[in-house]
Amino acid sequence: MTLFRRSEFIIACILFAAMIIIGLINPAFWSLDNLFGLLRSNVIIGIMALGVLVVMISGGIDVSFTAFAAAAMYLTIKLMIYIGYEGVFLPFVAATLIGLFLGAFNAFFIHTFRMIPLIVTLGTGSVVRGLLLGLVGTSVINIDKMPQQLIAFAKTDLVSLTSATGTNFGLTAMILIYLGLALATHLFLRHTMAGRSIFALGGAPEAASRVGFNTRRTLFFVYCFAGALAGFAGLLHGSMIWLANPRDFAGLELDVIAAVVLGGASIFGGRGSVIGTLLGVFMLVMVKNSLIIMKVDTTWQRVVVGLIIIVATALTAWRDRKKLV
Amino acid sequence: MSEHLLELKNIGKRFGGLVALDAVSLAIKPGEIHCLAGENGSGKSTIIKIMAGVYQPSDGEILIDGKPVSGMTPAQSVQHGIQVIYQDFSLFGNLTVAENLALNTLLLEGKRTVNWRRVRELAEKALARLGVTMDLDADVETLPTSGKQIVAIARAVMADARLIIMDEPTTALTRHEVDALFRIVRDIQAQGIAVLFVSHKMREMLEISERLTVLRNGKKVAEGPIGDFDEPAITRAMTGHDLTDQVYRWQPTKGDTLPRLDVRNLSIAGSLDDINLTLHAGEIVGLSGLIGSGRTELALALFGMHPKFTGTVKVDGTGVHPRTVQEAIASGLAYVPEDRLTEGLFLTQSIERNMLATSIDNFVRGLFIDRSKTAKATTSMFGAMQIAAPGPYTPVNHLSGGNQQRVVLARWLLTGARVLILNGPTVGVDVGSKAQIHRKIRELATQDGLAVLMISDDVPELVQNCNRVIIMHRGRFVDEIGPDVLDEDTLNDRLKALK
Repeated sequence: MTLFRRSEFIIACILFAAMIIIGLINPAFWSLDNLFGLLRSNVIIGIMALGVLVVMISGGIDVSFTAFAAAAMYLTIKLMIYIGYEGVFLPFVAATLIGLFLGAFNAFFIHTFRMIPLIVTLGTGSVVRGLLLGLVGTSVINIDKMPQQLIAFAKTDLVSLTSATGTNFGLTAMILIYLGLALATHLFLRHTMAGRSIFALGGAPEAASRVGFNTRRTLFFVYCFAGALAGFAGLLHGSMIWLANPRDFAGLELDVIAAVVLGGASIFGGRGSVIGTLLGVFMLVMVKNSLIIMKVDTTWQRVVVGLIIIVATALTAWRDRKKLV
Repeated sequence: MSEHLLELKNIGKRFGGLVALDAVSLAIKPGEIHCLAGENGSGKSTIIKIMAGVYQPSDGEILIDGKPVSGMTPAQSVQHGIQVIYQDFSLFGNLTVAENLALNTLLLEGKRTVNWRRVRELAEKALARLGVTMDLDADVETLPTSGKQIVAIARAVMADARLIIMDEPTTALTRHEVDALFRIVRDIQAQGIAVLFVSHKMREMLEISERLTVLRNGKKVAEGPIGDFDEPAITRAMTGHDLTDQVYRWQPTKGDTLPRLDVRNLSIAGSLDDINLTLHAGEIVGLSGLIGSGRTELALALFGMHPKFTGTVKVDGTGVHPRTVQEAIASGLAYVPEDRLTEGLFLTQSIERNMLATSIDNFVRGLFIDRSKTAKATTSMFGAMQIAAPGPYTPVNHLSGGNQQRVVLARWLLTGARVLILNGPTVGVDVGSKAQIHRKIRELATQDGLAVLMISDDVPELVQNCNRVIIMHRGRFVDEIGPDVLDEDTLNDRLKALK
């Protein structure tokens, strides 16, 4: 565990170093306004990252969750508008269940046909996106049509301040949901047998079943968990930006995976932690945010995200190899 | 209470039309150390799996504590106190020693949450029963093989084992580690636990076992107290014929002074210190020492994988400094790695392609591969190496360990190598194949005039094949045993003296 802790420590150090450098280039970085904005941008990517983390620890990968998020968001909001439902709690349950149900398909194919997770989730992601656009609709639901309760809920702030220029800003309460989910995931991974079974499966699948873990259940759990979190995050995202776009989240899967890898999770499975992932998500969001502040073109942001994935993976691979010597 | 803990009576097992086991009986008493010997394919693995409840026997009866048990599942086998330690140990490399040791117990108790203090307590208790100490917080993948094995044994003991079955437990261990393992085994025997070794290393089995059962082609061919056997008797039982135990000693030819390989003052900072080595054509020189003594580094340096060495290397009088594997091959060096499975072979590819992998440049005409030339070369090599397979197109993963090793040797012969470096040439290979591989290596030395450097932990192998044995320790050559004094006792003593 000491090595494990050490890699999180290193990530934290890099993060602080990066914050100091960015702060030097652009002092506005340290303004509360900007920091609150950063934290807000952590919420959606972060919740999705928790799901991807769990999948990656189990030795798998998921690239379909963004499609599931879009489907869960769009279907739930469409249905809410159709039946004129005015609540908050049940829609989130519905979105979570939609994601969970779709995740079960991933697990089914991966388990039953021993297929490679990347291929399966590429396929299911594409199918779900296509079905959503083909059967449900392509039109964006704007603020005037969006259920107002959802918007009101997502507007909740923890702190509200007024800046020197007179504009209002605040720290979104949604960060609590994110941190709550992170804490729950951490406790689950670290302190339950089901959580340990995920590490066991990612470390040595054959041994896991020999020892007596129910690997089938673990596999289903992992992909359902990722789907469920994505579904939840999808609806929350729609509520926070006040619109539901069925084409949303395209390409976001790479950002999320980059964040998880940046957080020290091994792409080969068996290693990863919630704390690392929180740090990884923060780092990724911060880097992208700084690029925007520095007015770097969005196309170049893709380059940065790609590089982050490559460098972070190389570093973790290097770490794992060094340990074997 | 019956005299026997576990009794197999006339067990038969058929897979389709294939008979894997034919009326095999085996009885294990509580607290006895029993050895099950047999070559690859003799039915050893099948019988382990029957005892573990993975396979159901087609015929016969299993008795545990004198009571017949039928339709035993793996879980029931564990409940009866039978624990199997497979060669891969079934451990979790990404988890700590403590967690690996405690997981079984926690699972057995049907726990839903993990109490980490209890995990440590369980792990400490498990190691205490073996009388060993270990860093509980180390990840298992950072441990050496011997450490992993101790964790696996401790885990089995923890699960209230009454019989621990160990599949080829000594394969990847050095002599020191084997001694340590045997101490632990005697210790758990004193706690009333029976141990069944499944192995083909007769010498070590003779040392520790009390009773022996030998399988050949799915039939029991010999059994009895260990005192009734000696090494040739076991070998005969396992292979069905006598194997020549003839010792090979190279005779220096007069006048021929140019050595095949001449290494002067070879050093690598931190791992090798001033190595001087001369190998002549036809000579087989052994290289031994503890793991980490630098012997593998030396091989890798000669083979162009540690290009930053200092000193000179000459092959047939020509100075070379291999910076890449390609350069090493071109200068007549060949290296057969320790782990042929991960380092040397393309498992899903055919024998032919594996043989050609390093010498394919010699079979090219213009832009294309000369198919008739490759077919001729590989077919003759296939015959010369006596590879047991339907033909050169069989994928290598269908072959036994011994046959795979022959494919690797064949590959290097095709490169026209003049110096052959073998690292653990018969690790994991059964006695019959081993003798054939040794014969092949000697032929390469005598008939093809190769100089062979044989890195090995296998004392009999070194003594039988090598003209002299060099002992390495901490990156230096510390000892050399010449042809006049080379025998197993001397070599064993000198190796044991290393600390």
